[in-house]
Amino acid sequence: MNAILLAVLGLSAFALGYLFYARFIGQRVFRLDPDFETPAHAQEDGIDFVPTNRWVLWGHHFTSVAGAAPIVGPAIAVIWGWLPAFLWVTFGTIFFAGVHDAGALWASIRHEGKSIGALTETVVGERARSLFMVVIFLLLLMVNAVFAIVIAGLFQDFPSAVIPSWFVIAVAMGIGWALYRRGVPLLWPSVVGLVLLYSSMFVGSEVPVSMPDAFGLQGAAVWVLILFLYAFFASTLPVWLLLQPRDYINGLQLFIALAVFYGAVVLGNPGIVAPAYNTAVPEGTPSFVPLLFVTIACGAISGFHGLVSSGTTSKQLDRETDVPFVGYLGAVGEGSLAIAAILATTAGFATVEAWQGFYTVFAEQGVSAFVLGGGNIISDGLGFPEGFSQTFLAVMAVLFAATTMDTGVRLQRYIVQEWGSIYNLPFLRGRWISTTVAVGACIALAFGAGEGGGTGGLEIWPLFGTTNQLLAALTLLILSVMLLKRRRGTIYTLVPFAFLVTMTVWALLVQLRGYWEAGNIPLVAIDIVILITAIWVGLEALGALNRSRKGGEDAT
Amino acid sequence: MGTMRSQARLRHAWELLQEFYEGRHRGALAREKREEEDLFMLLVFSDMLGIPNPASYYTLELLPVLYDRFHEWHMRMGMEKSPLDGVSCC
Repeated sequence: MNAILLAVLGLSAFALGYLFYARFIGQRVFRLDPDFETPAHAQEDGIDFVPTNRWVLWGHHFTSVAGAAPIVGPAIAVIWGWLPAFLWVTFGTIFFAGVHDAGALWASIRHEGKSIGALTETVVGERARSLFMVVIFLLLLMVNAVFAIVIAGLFQDFPSAVIPSWFVIAVAMGIGWALYRRGVPLLWPSVVGLVLLYSSMFVGSEVPVSMPDAFGLQGAAVWVLILFLYAFFASTLPVWLLLQPRDYINGLQLFIALAVFYGAVVLGNPGIVAPAYNTAVPEGTPSFVPLLFVTIACGAISGFHGLVSSGTTSKQLDRETDVPFVGYLGAVGEGSLAIAAILATTAGFATVEAWQGFYTVFAEQGVSAFVLGGGNIISDGLGFPEGFSQTFLAVMAVLFAATTMDTGVRLQRYIVQEWGSIYNLPFLRGRWISTTVAVGACIALAFGAGEGGGTGGLEIWPLFGTTNQLLAALTLLILSVMLLKRRRGTIYTLVPFAFLVTMTVWALLVQLRGYWEAGNIPLVAIDIVILITAIWVGLEALGALNRSRKGGEDAT
Repeated sequence: MGTMRSQARLRHAWELLQEFYEGRHRGALAREKREEEDLFMLLVFSDMLGIPNPASYYTLELLPVLYDRFHEWHMRMGMEKSPLDGVSCC
């Protein structure tokens, strides 16, 4: 099997999915109406509700949902061989993620642009909404902890990535300052910013920075602490100074990196050395059913996308018929990132022995395999120096994880502040205390969950995937109820829903046993909470579906 | 003709990029700006709230400018009528 063939197979399957399945869903199931007045027009306010060009909106949507997750997940999952991961990403994107992302968008614009959380209350009930908040908080907690560990691991494995990764913060602030304080037009800051970013990768390759062990902590653990210290301040800085230019540079860099990677695959045409189905998995690797379906969340289907679809994208959609373009193609973009990760981790090694030598423990070496393998593909295909290619990909992964952390900590702070208001605890409403609570919880998880204080592997990763899938299941449930009320086919949302709930509950039980045997009490506790929520969601689902089958009111 | 069309196309692409930069955080920025403006309004109206304002001689001139915004503010804060005796906007 060669890499070009696999890439072409995957990407053309996505194209067929968009041309046929997305069109079918849009016309027959959602019955998109070009004359429907979207919330962006009906409630236009120039702030949240702004009709936006569909290309720009797709750009925002894709760069908001694309993170390190579609890299980390597939990079871990290829331990079972490339075929299971490839099939799940391809079919997951076409039949699960595309429908889910476009569906969340459609559901939201049919309900005045409400977020999925608020929609849950309207469509299912108040109890379901409280479940929703718990799931979101756990998801954010895990995403922040796990991404800090991912970045720290990358810094330790690829010291050349340290300088460019921190330097980009200065570049971003420079852009923000030039645009807002100096009124410079966007073009020059963008060009200069990108040139500086890529030159700093050369500097980084020449001057690697290793973190020594300090204060009785390992180097990686020191990095985790530094990262949260950074996240603490970053989440309280003005949006225009850091978050906005950083997201922008990161977005540009994402498109460049995807083009470079697929270009290198085409020019170098590496062969895939990893087995299609790995019969010699390392000891301690769980069975691929059900774990594959929670290890790859983003890239196949991810509940987080529904939050973005219904939270911000739905308020800017110009016409209802743009739903497949923005929602479905957003999922396709994520899927193509996941396929790039599969290619990097299976075709980037010289021999199958080299590959096996890398994958010796489940859920430990994923991201580094992506950087090493992908680096080989880029340097073979395009002739870049090997060190630079690795730095290029390591920085890309770090930036993805770091921008997600920036936003994640900020969102967590908002939730803590909201709790301060709901439960009348005024001290929680302050900016500094709420941020401290949010960051503290993440540090506790990062250090409490892994062995060796924040330096352990990614044991927590599949649990994060499970929570993400649970959120997706909840969104699919809301969609199904809406479709049932309108007397339309629910099979396209109910089958993925049933599949996801089965796989998440099964995976939770498998993992519960694993964490218990390893004596990992914090993860046992989180696992049980998620398990209870999952079963509860299932029951709520049956109740809501039953009610709407009997009632079947409103057909708007 | 051809150059004019390609120029227009370039300008359009340029506008889209600008929109790509600005659009994503427009809401957050507008909210931040609104909060700062609320603080400014508090300064201008501070005399009427019983907070001594050494610069009231100057801020008095700003009252007419902020009149409309004041109405928008008290509606946003969930007050049907103006809370200040000195300002009867509605």
